[in-house]
Amino acid sequence: MIWEQIRSNQMRTTLLVVLMGVLLVALGFFVGLIFFDNGIPGVIIAVIVWGIMNLIALTQGDSIVLAIAGARKIEKKDHPKLFNVVEEMTIASGLEKLPDIYIIDDPALNAFATGRDARHASVAITSGLLQRLNRDELQGVIAHEIGHIRNRDVQLMVMLSILLGSIVIISYYASRFLFFSGAGSRRKSSSGGGGGAQIIVLVIGLVLMILAPIAAQLIYFAVSRKREYLADASSALYTRYPEGLASALEKLGASNTKVQKANQATAPMYIINPLQKQSLSADTLTSTHPPITERIRVLRTMSGASYAEYDKAYRTAKGGAGVVPASGLAAATVSLRGASTENGPVEDLPGRIERTRETSDALWQMNDYRTIDCDCGTRLRVPPNYRSLTVRCPHCGRVHSAPR
Amino acid sequence: MALWIVLGIIVLLIVIGIAVIAGMYNTLVKLRNQVKNAWAQIDVQLKRRYDLIPNLVETVKGYRDFERETLEAVIKARNVAMQASSSGAGAAEQGKAEGELSGALARLMVVVERYPELKANQNFLALQEELTSTENKISFSRQYYNDSVMRYNNQTQVFPSNIIAGMFGFKAGEFFEVTVEEERQAPKVSFK
Repeated sequence: MIWEQIRSNQMRTTLLVVLMGVLLVALGFFVGLIFFDNGIPGVIIAVIVWGIMNLIALTQGDSIVLAIAGARKIEKKDHPKLFNVVEEMTIASGLEKLPDIYIIDDPALNAFATGRDARHASVAITSGLLQRLNRDELQGVIAHEIGHIRNRDVQLMVMLSILLGSIVIISYYASRFLFFSGAGSRRKSSSGGGGGAQIIVLVIGLVLMILAPIAAQLIYFAVSRKREYLADASSALYTRYPEGLASALEKLGASNTKVQKANQATAPMYIINPLQKQSLSADTLTSTHPPITERIRVLRTMSGASYAEYDKAYRTAKGGAGVVPASGLAAATVSLRGASTENGPVEDLPGRIERTRETSDALWQMNDYRTIDCDCGTRLRVPPNYRSLTVRCPHCGRVHSAPR
Repeated sequence: MALWIVLGIIVLLIVIGIAVIAGMYNTLVKLRNQVKNAWAQIDVQLKRRYDLIPNLVETVKGYRDFERETLEAVIKARNVAMQASSSGAGAAEQGKAEGELSGALARLMVVVERYPELKANQNFLALQEELTSTENKISFSRQYYNDSVMRYNNQTQVFPSNIIAGMFGFKAGEFFEVTVEEERQAPKVSFK
């Protein structure tokens, strides 16, 4: 069934999450054995670290993420088109609540979704991307982000990144502690086990401290890659126009400006990896995103818009098993639609000029600048801390009263 | 002892049976509500379009010798559609009327291309964005509505939940189709 959520049949994803949980507990256990001769306190510490991180993430995780990215929330008047497109995709996906909409003032091309669940979600897009995409492409990108929200990827990634973070923190401090105090070797309990057992514990603990963060990171990336394909499939389904996202991805791939405020931890959230040069097409273990060329090829070979058709295209393009869980596949064919009449697939100069103006208007407004439209056709921008009562138009000399 | 075990198993089976029936019933209710909500969403967007048209007419009317017929066709189509909507004519009937309206609006937008002053008017541009988006929202909400109807209808027809559907009177939903040609094809611009 088309609208059956893809959450029901996610054995592999669940398995990976469980695996990461086990990794965290095992790490705690051995750290405990090394420092306290007893695994339980170690496990308790691990759980406490995890709990604290959960608390932070659930109460203000998304605002932290948005603040790190330098995103500013917008209203409808700031950028009507973006707002409308998000509304359209919210309707198409059947999401209950319109996500909050943010613009990141950054010439790089990227977008992401965040939030703790579908009712508290946000989508953010860089001003650079907003300028470059026509309406169909913007729709494709926003639909991809809404797909992340709708498929609960946002929640999943938050959960995984908390586990990852806990593992990294514990390994980091435990290994520092071990090396500087030499605690493990000196603290020999008089009652228990031989020296051999002690050494084995120490070795396993050390190996875990080194390998757990790496393993956890690989799991995190693996889940992230799979989720990107799923969100692409959702985007095609919502818009019925996979070409929109495909051509947006093409533009994204062609640019190599990095997002200034992205880092390793926030990277999986973006629509394409914000830290890497995109033209590389290798699907390596450490990539957070599948290669763009592959994603475009899958989108372009789709013969319909349903999950089943995405899966088919994916299997033809990549070979092997599909990417969409069985519960999403039962639907019959869903037909595609043509490009919207407003702007076709070709890059149009007037359209681009208009988009640039729209975006810069939004940025001015976000920074509390006021605008005055002078009768001579000049648009004056008045800064928020402007003191004088009047503004003189530099073009024709008319005097306007300053706003506010 | 054996009696108790047999009795226990029977009770357990009955409880499971009730749970299964309740589950199917609840699924049907959930799907039917989804259809209702989806319909409400279409309605919101259609009303929004009715509201936007007078503004559009006002803005366009001010321009000298703007094609009268095109404008009148839009107004007429709007009135017919509003009538169909308020009289509760049903999805099929209303779909036809809304299709006519979409067609009339698309023609108007093509005509507008010939009026450069209009295209430079900020008011008009904002209105055009709203109309474009409303058209999109209508078609996306229709898309979602039809998907919901299909899901609900499937559920009322497959075994065994069709038995529950029959017992409690869950009727199949009606698709919202737009049958007018202009809607399906992109409008063609003719240069004279």
